[in-house]
Amino acid sequence: MAAEPPQSILRADVVRAVKDAALAGLLAFFLFLPLIGFQTVQNMRNELELNTRWPLLFVFVAIVAGGRLAYALVLAPWLARRAARAQKPSAAQAAFTAAFARWFTPFALGFVIVYPILAIVLAGLGGAVKWIDNFGIQILIYVMLGWGLNIVVGLAGLLDLGYVAFYAVGAYSYALLAQAFGLSFWLLLPLAGILAAFWGILLGFPVLRLRGDYLAIVTLAFGEIIRLILINWVPVTNGYAGISGIPRPTFFGIPFNASDEGFAATFGLEFSPVYRVIFLYYLILALALLTAYVTMRLRRLPVGRAWEALREDEIACRALGINTTNTKLTAFAMGGMFAGFAGSFFAARQGFISPESFTFLESATILSIVVLGGMGSQIGVAIAAIAMIGGTEILRELDFLKQVFGADFDPTQYRMLLFGFAMVLIMIWKPRGLIATREPSAVFRRRRAISVELVKEGRA
Amino acid sequence: MKPARADPVLKVEHLTMRFGGLVAIHDLSFTAMRGDITALIGPNGAGKTTVFNCITGFYKPTEGRMALHHGDRAVWDELEPLTDRGDRSVRRGDGALFLLERLPDYLITQQAKVARTFQNIRLFPGMSVFENLLVAQHNPLMIASGFTFIGVFWPYAYGRAEKAAVEKARMWLDKIGLIERADDPAGELAYGAQRRLEIARAMCTDPVLLCLDEPAAGLNPRESTELNELLLSIRSEHATSILLIEHDMTVVMEISDHVVVLDYGVKISDGTPDEVRNDASVIAAYLGVEDEEVERAEAEVGL
Repeated sequence: MAAEPPQSILRADVVRAVKDAALAGLLAFFLFLPLIGFQTVQNMRNELELNTRWPLLFVFVAIVAGGRLAYALVLAPWLARRAARAQKPSAAQAAFTAAFARWFTPFALGFVIVYPILAIVLAGLGGAVKWIDNFGIQILIYVMLGWGLNIVVGLAGLLDLGYVAFYAVGAYSYALLAQAFGLSFWLLLPLAGILAAFWGILLGFPVLRLRGDYLAIVTLAFGEIIRLILINWVPVTNGYAGISGIPRPTFFGIPFNASDEGFAATFGLEFSPVYRVIFLYYLILALALLTAYVTMRLRRLPVGRAWEALREDEIACRALGINTTNTKLTAFAMGGMFAGFAGSFFAARQGFISPESFTFLESATILSIVVLGGMGSQIGVAIAAIAMIGGTEILRELDFLKQVFGADFDPTQYRMLLFGFAMVLIMIWKPRGLIATREPSAVFRRRRAISVELVKEGRA
Repeated sequence: MKPARADPVLKVEHLTMRFGGLVAIHDLSFTAMRGDITALIGPNGAGKTTVFNCITGFYKPTEGRMALHHGDRAVWDELEPLTDRGDRSVRRGDGALFLLERLPDYLITQQAKVARTFQNIRLFPGMSVFENLLVAQHNPLMIASGFTFIGVFWPYAYGRAEKAAVEKARMWLDKIGLIERADDPAGELAYGAQRRLEIARAMCTDPVLLCLDEPAAGLNPRESTELNELLLSIRSEHATSILLIEHDMTVVMEISDHVVVLDYGVKISDGTPDEVRNDASVIAAYLGVEDEEVERAEAEVGL
């Protein structure tokens, strides 16, 4: 057993921690004094009065100081001990990690396939709609968008802040063509993808010479241009009012409604909205899996390897005879195509679209899913989408918080605060995303993941 | 077996490169012979890398013609008509002629088959050694994968071409002694190994002319010797001529067949290593002039 450290050192630690906590408390006092300590309210005569809230201010300062003290005395030494201990993972740990890596994907795939059934069993036919629609479909749309953007940002290293533009192109293509020509969803789905890919190429041409920050700004502008066109081209897009009454997809020609030709009646079931939701769930699941499969195949094909090589070093690519223009344009086109698929699905699912759905915030959400997940990692992106989108939806469910904070407390209002907080934490804990390894696209003898430290971010 | 002399693979004529008011290369002409190792040497800032960047298409020269030749020698007759026509290249029988100043950079590697390495190594550090060698075989694999369309949905169409690519990568991994490290990221390799890998990667594009920008820079004497062997074996076993920039005189003198010396963008000497070694202007450019001459010059300007 190791000898106890001398008492004086321990006391010095405590003194330092207390000083630290006092300083943090002082900082918190000055910071919160105008924010919390004072409150302006209007009285009956409509005059502004200054109230003071000393007890509340004291509570906040105490939380900060106490938290800092607890961190310095308890958490910091514990973290230091853990860091000292965690140098070599044991054999059992390594085996667990290997088994986890081996079985995670099949398990996750199985889970998403049985998820609607699970939801019906647990929540009943009526209750399942919310779980399948708000959680399942909503998350899968973002998983698909994340995987699509992953091609552009994660593989080709082209930072795209206007990805939602292609999503909008897909959605409006479906909505307008379906209403104007009465074409079916199954015909318009590939068409919307092709149109979005075409817009991807159109965006690609002017930005061929740009990289990193400059590319990000131009793509951001492109996203805004598309949105402004949707707002202002009223004769075609109906402006802010959006397009409603978009035809819903049918099950091989059988609509999901309460009529005699409807899905429920045809199969002798009692009518319920859950059937359409289940159908849409499997549709978006199939689309998302198609995205994942195609991306996986592309990574093993020369074009995918050229994307990654482009991210690593564009000049070396040119020296090896790779046409970097075509390579960049294919990346934009592929990314745009999957966003177009997702967009047309979105329009078909909502039945109503307006420019409000395609704001910069959407682009930012999709990009943060990709960054959070670990650029280039498909599993990481899926996990990040579940956390970000699922997290938002869960906030809607936290009704019990109203009992704590009062009836007008709306947890979803704190969404951005929580996002920001989560992002900061992730960036401290895992600066290169949740999955910080890169799987090589080709194996010579043995599979070995490459640490992301070596992988470029495409900002050269 | 060495082909007969007087079979040029690259003819550079009256090459001039200006950056604004700065003349980096002035009226440079030289010829690289097929199967030779041609060295381009000169003091720092002489314009050697600029010549390379012109040949490999990274710069468009201000003036001059750079003609690269494949196959049948008779096609050289086409040089003047080709220049007048304004075309990029001409093919006749199994011979072909390319005007490099007219080709975009990636086509210089893809069609004219000129590969290059860089002074400061440019590997793909986050990709494995093996992947680096596969990326270099992009163009034949791209054709084999039906420009991706067939490859995505029908993996087997592409299997045979991929197998050939893997074989070629294996051959080069073996040659540069990195077969054990094939799955390691290129960024983790030691400096000398990265240099060798960059050469192997350039060779995977099946070049007719391989341009090496200071391949021995930063290598220790043993690695330098290994590099010499590698370059000599490339010359003897593959139909590849080599053009190299080098500061390491042991490398230059030991392996090159032909040396071109540049100073301030002007060619000051051209010949076999022995001829160049004894050329007074080369000695002056490298070692400076005799002490008395410096003193005389200083006296003139009043130092």
